[in-house]
Amino acid sequence: MRPARFAQSWRHIVLIAGSLLVVLPFLWMFTTSLQSRAETYTSTSLLPTSWHWENYAKAWDAAPFGQYYLNSIVMAAGIVAGHLVLDGLAAYAFARLRFPLRNVIFVVLLAALLVPTFVTVIPAYSLVASFRWIDSYAALIVPRLADVFGIVLLRQYFSSIPLELEDAARIDGCSRAGTFFRIIVPLSKPAFATLAIFSFLFAWNDFLWPLLVTNTDQFRTIQIGLSAFQGRYGTSWNYLMAGTLTATVPSIIVFMFFQRALVRGVAASGLKD
Amino acid sequence: MTSLSSGVRPGRTRGRGEPTRARYSREEVVTAAIFLLPALVVIGLFVMYPIVAAGQISLTSWNGFDPVKEFIGIDNYVRLAQDPEFWNSLLVTAVYAVGVCVLSVASGLAVALLLDAPIRGRGIYRSIYFLPAVTSSVAAAIVWKYLLDPAGFVNAVLAQLGIAGPDWLQDRWLALGALTLLTVWKNVGFNAVLYLTALQALPQSIYEAAQLDGAGAPTRLRFLTIPLLAPMTFFVVVEALITSFQSFDLVYVLTEGGPRGGTEVLGMLTYREAFRLGDFGYGTAIAFVTLALVLGVTLVQWRVSGSGRSALR
Repeated sequence: MRPARFAQSWRHIVLIAGSLLVVLPFLWMFTTSLQSRAETYTSTSLLPTSWHWENYAKAWDAAPFGQYYLNSIVMAAGIVAGHLVLDGLAAYAFARLRFPLRNVIFVVLLAALLVPTFVTVIPAYSLVASFRWIDSYAALIVPRLADVFGIVLLRQYFSSIPLELEDAARIDGCSRAGTFFRIIVPLSKPAFATLAIFSFLFAWNDFLWPLLVTNTDQFRTIQIGLSAFQGRYGTSWNYLMAGTLTATVPSIIVFMFFQRALVRGVAASGLKD
Repeated sequence: MTSLSSGVRPGRTRGRGEPTRARYSREEVVTAAIFLLPALVVIGLFVMYPIVAAGQISLTSWNGFDPVKEFIGIDNYVRLAQDPEFWNSLLVTAVYAVGVCVLSVASGLAVALLLDAPIRGRGIYRSIYFLPAVTSSVAAAIVWKYLLDPAGFVNAVLAQLGIAGPDWLQDRWLALGALTLLTVWKNVGFNAVLYLTALQALPQSIYEAAQLDGAGAPTRLRFLTIPLLAPMTFFVVVEALITSFQSFDLVYVLTEGGPRGGTEVLGMLTYREAFRLGDFGYGTAIAFVTLALVLGVTLVQWRVSGSGRSALR
C-alpha cells in the first residue's frame, strides 16, 4: 500500500500547513499576552519568550473585566435557558401537534431568518428604549429568549423520534403536554445539548445588540468591554492580548468539551433543505 | 408537512360519539397554543413587529427620540440613490461579498476534501480549523488588527525577509482584502464541516463505477464530486452572502469602516447613519435595500445553480 501511504503524508503536509495559518493568530495572541511591553514591539517569535503572567492581573485591574464577565454569564445563562424552554415548546407544537395555520406560521418564521439584523435592530432598539430597558439585563436577555434557529433544529429532531413511543404513553392516558415532558424531552438530550452550545456561543460572542442597549460598565458584556478596552489601551499590546484571551477562553473551553454536539448541529443546519 | 403529522394514527381510538367533522383535536390546539405562545410573543415583538415597523420608519425622518415620526414618503430612498457614500458602500460590499463567497467555497471544499479520507488525527484537524468560528468577532478582529499593524507581526516577518511591508489597514484595497481574509479565516471550519457532511453522504457506487471506467482522481473531482456537491455549494454561497451583507462586528473593530470609507460595508453604513448620526429613518432605508439585495442575489443564485443542476441530469 505504498501509494496510499504517500497520498496520506501529502494530505498531512497540506493540512498541517493550513492548521498553522489558522492557529497563528491564537499563538501570537498568547505569546504577546506574556511579553513585556518592550518585547511586544521587537519580538517576532510565535512561542513565548518570557512569562509575564502579571499582565493578566494588570489587564483585569485596568478595566472592570470581572463585571463584564459576570454580565456575559448572566446574559448567556438567560438566553440559553430561554432557548431551551421556549424553542423546545414551540418546536414540539410544530413537530407533533395539529392546529390551524401551522405551516403558514412556520414558513413565516423561516422567512424571518433571511432578514438582515439591521432591519429589525432599529425598531427593536426603539421598542426596548420605550420600555426604559436600556442598561439592564432585561434588554440583554428578554428580546432574545426565543429564536427561529432553535425551533427549526429541535423540530427536526423531534420529528425523527418514532411516533409509537408517544402513542404508547397516550394510550396509558398521558396528555399531550405529558408526552412532551416525559417522552420527547428525555429522548432529545443530544438535540438540546447542541442547541445549548449554539446559544451559549451566540450569546457569549454577541456584539451589536449589547453594544446598542448598554451604556455603562455595570451592564456591558465582555465583548463590548473588550472593544472599549482596545480603544483605550491600543498601545499596550500585552495587556490588550491578555484581556482578549480571557474573553475568548470560555468559548474555546465550551467548544473543546462539546465539539461533537456542535459539529452535529452545523452538519444538521446544512442538511435542512 | 411531514408524513408524521398525518391525522389518524394506529392505536388511536376514537370515541363513538366523537364528531368526525372536527379537523383538529381540542386538546391538541389548546396545548399548541400554550406551547407556542411564549416563543411567538418574543419573536413577534422583537423580530416580526420590527420588520413591519422598519418599513414605516424608513418612510420618515425620525431621529429615534422625537415622539413624532414625520412622514416624508420615499425621500430616504431618493436620497440613497444620490448618496455617494451609499454607492461607495455598495461597491465595497459587492467586492467583499464576491471575495468571501469565492474563497469560502474554495477553502471549505479544499479542507473537506483533505479531511475526507481515513487519515490519522482527523478530529484534531477538524477542531483546529473550527477554532476561529467559535472565537468572538471582537477578539478575532483585535488580533488581526495588531498582526497587521505597521509595527506588528506580519510586517516584522516581512522586514526579516528584506521586504518593506505596507500599512495594511491604511490602504483602501489592502484593508478590504484583509477584512475578506479575516472573514474567510473565521468561517473556514464551519464551511469545511458542511462540505464534509455532504461528501460523506455521496453514494460510493458512482465512484466505483467511475473508477472502473478509468476516470482518474482529477476527472472524478471535476465531473462527479463538484457537480454532486452543487446543493451544498449553493448553501455555502448563500450563507457567505448573508454574512457579507450583514457584516458589522469584524469591520467595527478592525477598521471602523476606514480608511476613508474603504471598508464601509452596508452594515457599518447603517450603524453610522442610524446610531452615530441619529438618522433612524435613513438607516432603516439602507437596511431595507440590503434586504432586497440579499433576497435578489439569493434568488439569482438559486436559479443559476438550479438550472446548472438540471442541465447535468
